Amino acid sequence: MPIKSYLAHPVPGKKKELMEALIRLGQCEVVPAENQDVLALVTDTPDEQSEELLREKIEALDSLKLLSLVSGFNVSQN
Amino acid sequence: MKKSPIDRRNFIKKMAMLSAMTAAASMFPGIVFASEQEKGIPKDANLDWKKGPCRFCGVGCGILVGVENGKPVAVKGDPNSKVNKGLLCVKGYHQTMCIQSKDRLEHALVKKNGRYVKTPLNEALDIVANKMKETIAAHGKDSVAMYTSGQSTIPEGYIASKFMKGAIGTNNLDCNARLCMASAVTGFMTSFGADEPMGCYEDIDHADYFVTWGNNMAEMHPVLFSRMLEQKTKRGAKIIDFATRTTRSSTASDRSILFEPQTDLAVANAICYEIIKNGWVNKSFVEKHCTFSKGLTNMGYGLEDHYEFTDKPEQIDFEAYKEFLKDYSPEKVSKYSKVSVKDIKYLAWIYGNPNTKVVSYWCMGMNQHTRGTWINNLVYNIHLLTGKISQPGNGPFSLTGQPSACGTAREVGTFTHKLPKGVVTSEENRRLAAKIWKVPYERIPSKPTYHATEMFRAVDRGDIKFIWTQATNPLVSLPKTGRYRPGMQKDSCFVVVSDVFPTPTSDVADVILPASWHIEKGGLYGNSERRTQYWEKMVEGPGETMADAWMFIEVAKRMGYGDLFPYSKENHVEEIYNEYIQFHEGNKHGMAPLEVLKKESGVIWPYVDGKSTQWRYNAKYDPACSNGEDFHFYGNPDGKAVIWQRPFEDAPEKPDEEYPFWLNTGRVIEHWHTGSMTRRIPVLHQAMPHAYAEFHPEDAKALGIRNGENIKIVSRRGSCTLPASINERGLPTRGQVFVPFFDENMLINDVTLDAFCPISKEPDYKKCAVKVVKA
Repeated sequence: MPIKSYLAHPVPGKKKELMEALIRLGQCEVVPAENQDVLALVTDTPDEQSEELLREKIEALDSLKLLSLVSGFNVSQN
Repeated sequence: MKKSPIDRRNFIKKMAMLSAMTAAASMFPGIVFASEQEKGIPKDANLDWKKGPCRFCGVGCGILVGVENGKPVAVKGDPNSKVNKGLLCVKGYHQTMCIQSKDRLEHALVKKNGRYVKTPLNEALDIVANKMKETIAAHGKDSVAMYTSGQSTIPEGYIASKFMKGAIGTNNLDCNARLCMASAVTGFMTSFGADEPMGCYEDIDHADYFVTWGNNMAEMHPVLFSRMLEQKTKRGAKIIDFATRTTRSSTASDRSILFEPQTDLAVANAICYEIIKNGWVNKSFVEKHCTFSKGLTNMGYGLEDHYEFTDKPEQIDFEAYKEFLKDYSPEKVSKYSKVSVKDIKYLAWIYGNPNTKVVSYWCMGMNQHTRGTWINNLVYNIHLLTGKISQPGNGPFSLTGQPSACGTAREVGTFTHKLPKGVVTSEENRRLAAKIWKVPYERIPSKPTYHATEMFRAVDRGDIKFIWTQATNPLVSLPKTGRYRPGMQKDSCFVVVSDVFPTPTSDVADVILPASWHIEKGGLYGNSERRTQYWEKMVEGPGETMADAWMFIEVAKRMGYGDLFPYSKENHVEEIYNEYIQFHEGNKHGMAPLEVLKKESGVIWPYVDGKSTQWRYNAKYDPACSNGEDFHFYGNPDGKAVIWQRPFEDAPEKPDEEYPFWLNTGRVIEHWHTGSMTRRIPVLHQAMPHAYAEFHPEDAKALGIRNGENIKIVSRRGSCTLPASINERGLPTRGQVFVPFFDENMLINDVTLDAFCPISKEPDYKKCAVKVVKA
């Protein structure tokens, strides 16, 4: 049950687009910075495989310039 | 109560989000995640937003604390504050979380038979007063001492000074600001005859260049750094980072220039050499407004107990100064500073170019220096030679580390040699204090006693038999704690500690007094730009917590000095402030009335005719200028500033065969000073849970050290075991190790050296020799 946090750096001028795309993907919680071009992102997935799949989808987004991992937790369901 | 899996998962998600935000704050100083702040606020909240200053650094950001049902539930930047304009750093946002810590000191604790016993506060204050009286009766008034803080409020510092100097009649009062900005004070006093910066933060909006001297502003003063970055983006202003280590400030700067520790003295002189050589001296400014002096050299380093030094200034002329600088050509200095000739010339050009505006910023790198007063003088020399001073966007600016190092320590004067106005050695200043305090003039001693390091040496020697510390943690923050910890544990000294949380210092106390945190009491702080900020009590503190000022008053009353402290508990902040500002009446240091401070988000002194004075000594802005010229350095009797001839001298301890590394200590963005507050804020603690030792990768390779591996740093005084950090937060130069000092479980100050600047008596935490062994 991985929970991971990232900083998502958008392509210049595409911060809003990136935020919307991440929300559409699901399993993503996004908080945009007010005064910088960066989003704080937390992903919450059932297993490592889903996490990997989600990360691939995020990295394929056109509006994403760079995704950097900040922290990772593996939380058991019970 | 056990958390349900869902609660736990949500909690971890929240921590993950906060980790990301903390990481972002390290990369983008001043970053705002407003929506996250709003999220923490209950939807149906009916919040009362109360204004005040931030509890942490000397920047003095304005905060708004959202209070609901008597509890602080949110913090946001005050958009009306001219300091931070609504921004806050990661520490600022989370500050009120620490007061919910489970180990909060809520009641007095008295040590009985080796164990701490919960004791009613009134009884504990009786014990403190009786012990102080007995000690004075048995050993004299100079056997008791008080050690306060740049985090004490203005009223608290004022009452401490009145109590010790006016009531008891001892100068045994000093504070932890001695450890962080005493060299800035002596620098200002020797160059200008008056303390504190002449400019203000608005300089950031005007300067073309910012030169940071040994100052990692991105982590230590992130909100100001974010204002500089904004000007970089908007106007193309340039940031030049001049330091001994590559930091987040270096990577965000336009140019990073590294120098060998201690050689900033030589580089500053080389800059002046180049300015003169290239004809960049502002001749008319220097002729009208400056004199030249030299002082004693080879002063020593204060390593021995009872060390004393008094400088003997001697006036010189411009030609003699020019001759002195011949030893500091860029070519000569480059050889030992490891700064290239090109970079020295580039720095000189920035200052010398008549078409650029330059602000120099510094903090601990220049102040915690065995020649701290000198390096402060030398940076003033650069600004004075070029006339780039006291104008919007032009000036030298020393930053402070604590929220009221300026307002309380410097302006109220909680140092052994100080009074609220002037110094104890001045009869005029003592007479003024005696008049306002309503005490006999003879009671205030004319001789300073112990500065911070010497005070704790006196405790160790057994000369001080009673010490009371407030809002400070000397057994983590003093240099060479390996000597001072056993010193404080000796039976010869009775130790009283007032604090909000337990610390390694309270661990050695005989009595622990539970102090209010800043929003649990009213008060005033003064920040780095001479801005005084008032706040009212926002919430009730838990248990029997009490404001430090009121604890002093209670003890003073019990000792028979009640008539000197006729304040009411409900209104003492206002009553004390109104008494205090009598010391500063006039247009050189006039303080704003409390009614103004209640409305405004801070006001800069001198406050004259309803206006802040943003640029002192400049007749266009400063009504105290009276010489009919454009500038008037009225702190000195002749109205002129002093350009000082100060040479390069080596550090007292340098790397050698046995101890081959420099040790440099400092701070990180997540933690504030000794971490007693920020380590109790879960998100900050999680982001930076322990200290570490940074190495250059090549040194690590040569030593066979891997990232995260525990190593031991050993000096001639002690050792400290920490994990190695390679290519992470910062990058020291080869031959240097950097360790942050916030972690009470990894006490790097057991390793540091208690050498200090002979003029300011401020210790040098940035340079000593160590070896590294595998743990």
